Amino acid sequence: MPQLLIELFSEEIPARMQVRAAADLKTRVTNGLVEAGLTYAGAESFCTPRRLVLVVDGVLDASPTLREERKGPKVGAPDKAVEGFLRGAGLTRADLEERETPKGAVFFAMIEKPGRPAAEIVAEVLTDVIRQFPWPKSMRWGTGALRWVRPLQSILCILSDDAGPSPVPLEIDGMVAGDTTEGHRFMAPGRFSVSNFEDYTAKLKRAFVLLSAQERAQHIWADATNMAFSAGLEMVEDKGLLAEVAGLVEWPVVLMGEIGAEFLELPPEVLQTSMREHQKFFSVRNPKSGRIEKFVTVANRETADHGATILAGNQKVLSARLADAKFFWENDLRTIKTVGLEGMAGPLSEVTFHNKLGSQKARVTRIEALARHLAPMVGAKPDLAAEAARVCKADLASEMVYEFPELQGVMGRYYAVAAGHDDGVPEACEAHYSPLGPSDDVPTAPVSVAVALADKIDILTGFWAIDEKPTGSKDPFALRRAALGVIRLVLENDLRLDLASAVRKADILVAENADGIVGPSASGYIHDLLSFIHDRLKVYLRDQGIRHDVIDASLAMPGNDDLTLLVTRARALSETLATDDGENLIQGFKRANNLLTQAEEADGVEYSFGPDPKFADTQSERSLFAALDRAEAVIAPAMEAEDFAQAMAAMADLRGPIDAFFEDVKVNDENQTLRRNRLNMLHRIRGLCLEVADLTKIEG
Amino acid sequence: MTDIATAPRSFQEIILRLQTYWAAKGCAILQPYDMEVGAGTFHPATTLRSLGSRPWAAAYVQPSRRPTDGRYGENPNRLQHYYQYQVLIKPSPPDLQELYLGSLEAIGIDMGLHDIRFVEDDWESPTLGAWGLGWEVWCDGMEVSQFTYFQQVGGHDCHPISGELTYGLERLAMYVLGVDHVMDMPFNDPQTPIPLSYGDIFRQTEEEYARYNFDSANTDVLLRQFQEAEAECAALLAQEDIDPKTGRRIIMAHPAYDQCIKASHIFNLLDARGVISVTERQAYIGRVRALAKQCADAFVRTKAGGHAA
Repeated sequence: MPQLLIELFSEEIPARMQVRAAADLKTRVTNGLVEAGLTYAGAESFCTPRRLVLVVDGVLDASPTLREERKGPKVGAPDKAVEGFLRGAGLTRADLEERETPKGAVFFAMIEKPGRPAAEIVAEVLTDVIRQFPWPKSMRWGTGALRWVRPLQSILCILSDDAGPSPVPLEIDGMVAGDTTEGHRFMAPGRFSVSNFEDYTAKLKRAFVLLSAQERAQHIWADATNMAFSAGLEMVEDKGLLAEVAGLVEWPVVLMGEIGAEFLELPPEVLQTSMREHQKFFSVRNPKSGRIEKFVTVANRETADHGATILAGNQKVLSARLADAKFFWENDLRTIKTVGLEGMAGPLSEVTFHNKLGSQKARVTRIEALARHLAPMVGAKPDLAAEAARVCKADLASEMVYEFPELQGVMGRYYAVAAGHDDGVPEACEAHYSPLGPSDDVPTAPVSVAVALADKIDILTGFWAIDEKPTGSKDPFALRRAALGVIRLVLENDLRLDLASAVRKADILVAENADGIVGPSASGYIHDLLSFIHDRLKVYLRDQGIRHDVIDASLAMPGNDDLTLLVTRARALSETLATDDGENLIQGFKRANNLLTQAEEADGVEYSFGPDPKFADTQSERSLFAALDRAEAVIAPAMEAEDFAQAMAAMADLRGPIDAFFEDVKVNDENQTLRRNRLNMLHRIRGLCLEVADLTKIEG
Repeated sequence: MTDIATAPRSFQEIILRLQTYWAAKGCAILQPYDMEVGAGTFHPATTLRSLGSRPWAAAYVQPSRRPTDGRYGENPNRLQHYYQYQVLIKPSPPDLQELYLGSLEAIGIDMGLHDIRFVEDDWESPTLGAWGLGWEVWCDGMEVSQFTYFQQVGGHDCHPISGELTYGLERLAMYVLGVDHVMDMPFNDPQTPIPLSYGDIFRQTEEEYARYNFDSANTDVLLRQFQEAEAECAALLAQEDIDPKTGRRIIMAHPAYDQCIKASHIFNLLDARGVISVTERQAYIGRVRALAKQCADAFVRTKAGGHAA
């Protein structure tokens, strides 16, 4: 069966778009073929900076002929009806067949859709795919109307089988598809023809093109690690950069170069960032010292001088870049030496954080007061937390961070050390941005935790105060991330923190520091902000396998501003519900609750008088009395000690006596005294259970 | 870096070679525009001529000014006044990449020894209301040119599409000549009786302009000039198409565009003086863009802009 080979050859495709484009080419072409009846055995797509390639194996020669029987009007129906049917089916009267049916003689027609040759289908499908290709951004060129990511230069499209290749007749905007392609732009100029995929990849390789991006990446990484190893060094892993670089070359040649000695004292993060962002160089590290000592660059070609010219050029560019970085580093250190870190932070009063929330300086002032307020709750010294908060954003005013925004925090740490801070302050300058995502590490050092919490609570409170909350997919200030950060900081550090009071404190600070733009709103939005945080908590706990109704049952309890308490309760409840007793207890509780609620509604009274054991008529009632006494004796002190597991275990122990009670006793007895007493008993069950969690929220 | 036999010896030789090369490829070699601009793109030979249906091929050197980049002549790579070499061909020829590579060869870059790369770089000029797709061209890791297919200019979709090449001349020449500090670069042939370096010609002016741009330019005057240019641009475009004196249809697209260029440069100066806040910045850019758009609207109604009548 034939093999289809397609190559769309263009001017350089942006590296970041290649992988997706290769996948799109495969899906769109194969879907199109199948829709047209052309099945295939397998397909694979590839990309290089200049080409998108698809090979489809085992394609049918032609789509199968389809036969369809269509029922027409009755024999003897008006001519108009018959003609209409013939028109719709594309037939003539001679093609019709009369057949007897239970409803009389009816015209039938056989419509045959003849199969079409593969080449015809491929040409149609590929034309459509090219015209509607989902590039993130596309363009026109010259006088044409066709759009592609960059000018499309040639199309190779052949079907090949044992008899040999045959080009698929195809023309788009004057470009005729053929069986030729080009090799490496510089190392093997000129076009050549290919007969099938095997021939294509072999000839490309001879023409210095490695078709597979994966192969290029492997080649780069293998050569780079070998080179580093023989120099007694190691590569700094960077998968993102490796994928990007593999998309920038057709013929990767790995070169290792020197970093000028005068730059080796720069922080490794600075070297790495500068080399990665500007030059797409890998960093090579000395495993003993941890210092970045060399770089690896990937050229797109071999040269007669074995890359000497290329390497010299790259080294020169790097030196210029690092000279800039060194200049910023030294200037920043000089600034710190003369005016201190707080002096460096001075210009932040000129930088607007948000026009309703004042400058960055105003924000730092709020974070400082809030960090001081929170410090005792996280085990940090208030003065240290305040000191850290005061300088935590200073690096935003540094030249280095202006040039490399991604180094914010990291530079803060270096500069805090340079300014003579210690006792956890430098670490806080870096760590207070964390956690940035669900899998990011959470700071644990108390000073870092205090500043990190203050930073996030301030941003949440501030934007709630000015009513700029996230809506739908819009969250320009990353407030969801901030809320998740608060949650993870509290939970993963086991902090006992009254979130509502922290927010109230933040609210007052916002009002004080916003030049009167925002007045203190007290409880105005605090409830809304807390329920936003609770919503994020639900998402977070759901990811950990805790059911939403369990969370609701815990949220409904007092003290839910204390996230640690809330989650301890939810986890205990979740574990209890996982046991047989726990699950059945819920049923018993619900039955008790339903009966009681109905009776209370019907009677218009509340049965909260307390049951009297002397009216306990049956053994199971007496057992339940005893069990409730036992449970109460355990639950009250356990709740006092916040030992939810113990409280819930005691609650789950009620399952047997409650089940037996419902088994043996009719609550709505004719004897009103007994009935009242039993309803009061149910009330006691409900009250006891509801002390632990709001079980009415549990589903099922 | 380069083959000795073909290596250029000075900054001006590189410029002359580019001129010769692009002249041979059929470009009209224009002279710099006689106004202060931030980049070669601002020359009407690019901005306006990329609009409309008429074919166009031009190449020129354009002195460019970026007041905020001034470093008193001390930084090896940064200047507030520098030169761009600009090529604009409409419609973009199918072999524009090859033509471009040929120009690198012409200035002495040996294609057999260097690693030339086309790295994604989308170009956008918020002040011109223009964007295009293309690359920055890297030679051994250094950006030596910008290569752009214009898609929209002054808010108008381009048709046909122009191909634009921009060479940062100082940087490119420093690389080709193997010079580390721009001020050390030979401007004319170092073997001549009076050899002049780039520094001999520009070190003092870089100092003078850095002081002017950063500290001395009178911002009140500049603010007023900005408003005047803006008003003049609008006033010129508001005139009737038919000139009452000659009775001819004369749309003053170019004089109006001069005012747009002026406003743009004044904005850059105000920016360097640090008197434009972050929020105002956007507003100023929007005002210049509005002028550029009006000029583009006017130009496409002229003969050079493809207007039939």
